[in-house]
Amino acid sequence: MSKRSIIPIGPYHALQEEPEFFKLHVEGEKVVGLDIELGYNHRGIEKLSESKHYDQTVFLVERICGICSTSHPIACVQAIEDAGDIEVPERALYIRSIIGELERIHSHMLWLGLAGHFLGFNTVWMWAWRHREEVLNVFELITGNRNHYAMMKAGGVRRDIKAEDIPTIKKMVADLKAPLTLFKKTVADDPVIQARTKGVGVLSAQQVIDYAALGPTARASGVKIDVRRDHPHAAYGLVDWDVITAQNGDVFDKAVVRILEMFESIRIIEQCLDKLKTVTGSVDSNPKEVKPGEGVGLYEAPRGEVFHYIRSDGTNRPARHKVRAPSFMNVITDREAVIGHTVADATIILAAVDPCYCCTERMAAVDVYSGRRVFTAADMIKCSQQKTAELRKKLGAHGPKLNIA
Amino acid sequence: MSLAINVLTRSLNVFHLGGSACNNCDIEILDTLTPKYDLERFGIVLVGSIRHADLILLSGIFNKKSASRARLLYEQAPKPVVVVAVGGCACTGGMFRGSYNWDHPVKDYIPIDAFLPGCPPKPEAMISAVVKLIHTLRGKKQ
Amino acid sequence: MNREQVAAQVKQILGEKIIAFHQKSDRRIFLEVQSGDILEVTRILFHDLKARFHIASGVDTPEGIEILYHWAFDACNCVLTVRTKLDRNKPEIESCAPLYKAMEWIEREMWELLGIQFKNHPDLRHLLLKDDWPAGKYPLRRDYLPEAANGQKINLPADEAKNE
Ligand code: SF4
Repeated sequence: MSKRSIIPIGPYHALQEEPEFFKLHVEGEKVVGLDIELGYNHRGIEKLSESKHYDQTVFLVERICGICSTSHPIACVQAIEDAGDIEVPERALYIRSIIGELERIHSHMLWLGLAGHFLGFNTVWMWAWRHREEVLNVFELITGNRNHYAMMKAGGVRRDIKAEDIPTIKKMVADLKAPLTLFKKTVADDPVIQARTKGVGVLSAQQVIDYAALGPTARASGVKIDVRRDHPHAAYGLVDWDVITAQNGDVFDKAVVRILEMFESIRIIEQCLDKLKTVTGSVDSNPKEVKPGEGVGLYEAPRGEVFHYIRSDGTNRPARHKVRAPSFMNVITDREAVIGHTVADATIILAAVDPCYCCTERMAAVDVYSGRRVFTAADMIKCSQQKTAELRKKLGAHGPKLNIA
Repeated sequence: MSLAINVLTRSLNVFHLGGSACNNCDIEILDTLTPKYDLERFGIVLVGSIRHADLILLSGIFNKKSASRARLLYEQAPKPVVVVAVGGCACTGGMFRGSYNWDHPVKDYIPIDAFLPGCPPKPEAMISAVVKLIHTLRGKKQ
Repeated sequence: MNREQVAAQVKQILGEKIIAFHQKSDRRIFLEVQSGDILEVTRILFHDLKARFHIASGVDTPEGIEILYHWAFDACNCVLTVRTKLDRNKPEIESCAPLYKAMEWIEREMWELLGIQFKNHPDLRHLLLKDDWPAGKYPLRRDYLPEAANGQKINLPADEAKNE
């Protein structure tokens, strides 16, 4: 029998509130077990939130995650509105959806880039991040900041979108379609990407249900859940769009779902921008107080459903604020997906649920298990990239064709 | 200018040590390397191991679990090394000051050469911080 | 299944087990059950009614510790919250993790942050806090004093660089 050894990945590697620490148990090349240790990023936000008033709470939850930095605020303000029966003007709903969908595009692009990097396609990484900058420019135009937009507040949004900006925003969003099509073609046509991702890290529909997995992770396995459709909020019930699903639940399908979702996002944004021309009025109902009560807020973040629960006791601070980020449910599914695969595939499988990856450099391993062999993040990625290079040779392919549009 | 400083301030090898950050600082750090800002053209690269680091970028707060890890990593870095605290969290603890899982600002246990506030600082701010730091190390007037 | 049917069906199947029922709005249902019934209620909701588990939140209230299990009925835009109250001095409840894997982590979290004992949990250990967190200190309890933990020094490997 071959010897079992442990490869620690982490702890410096981010997942929403918690960078996780994976310990891969391997026999030779094969992964036989996975231990996930959290807590390196636990900041006690739920407790902090009880010491802040409702306006500050929204800024606090914005800083749970920089990639979903509008998903948490939307869920949070919806929970406050639900608890205190606060009305939201219709125009604000459209603006919420626009910001939320722009965020989905930038988040999925970020994931796509990193996934490319893990597979050894640094070109994909650079291209995806280059076009992501254009999304950030739209954010800067609308909100004044590239990240942490500070747009949400209980009862509406903080800033309106000016009528004279709408054509510019529309043009900028429309310009995203060309690079997205390029990515769609790259992923669909490239034989190496397919060889590396098809049939890898499969999660069955039953496993998705057992672990209550969410978002693209669930939809890639054919489980059609999307809070935007199931629990309509913001403007999602008012515009026309589709929920994207795939059947196989492997890494390839997760990528396809994310890419196709970006096209849906563009559709939603364009419709919302059109609506803004006719739906006028204020964007903030200026609530003066939050009645005692309990409220739940749901929002479909790029990674899945964000859940906020707020209990108000009539003061200006939440009495209890519970936050559940989608990765909390998704990351645990890695336990199923990674078993039986090789170490070289482990990186991309762990990355496939999109656990709010920041960058590989955060995965530097500290030699805590002295005497055992320690891989660093760089080794893991090198391992993965070598496999791609070998495959590429075998297939005689020369990497993705990037047509500069 | 000593030889060490001369060598240190050319082609910086950057190690990014993210604590309990919200990721935004980390993403903006990566952004400086991607085509729009493209720091790599000045020979500035991110490295995967602390043992290659000339410059350490700290981001986020360091909580009770990650603080000792951060310190351990700092000790493994070859000296001299330059440390920059990126973002409000790393500078002071920011919004998360007073959390039950937080003890000290990172400056209490890792000597920091430059503070770069902002939430998150823009890539332009990061670039200008690094430029200023290099000038200061070389003893030039800015 | 529409919303009225969900409410009616939940009422009918759970029957006697419901000790309080409150329909806050047509999309939000709150009901309370005895803590001893939680395993059975979870089984009914997950297996029979095919609800999806959102998350559970533990709340420390003056009357005792509450656990709220939030369930989604995705087909009809409805969130059902099952509330159960535990004794503050000895909070103890049956673990649902053997039944529903999605509950494993959140029970570990509630155990360490609120000090709720989950009986028969497959793997009850620290999830978020460090392993040597002082026993009996639960940060989400109302009587938690931050100074008690904040005064501690972090274990640093060496301190000389600071004094340079
Ligand atoms: S300073 Fe702001 S952007 Fe940076 S990690 Fe902290 S909260 Fe996030």
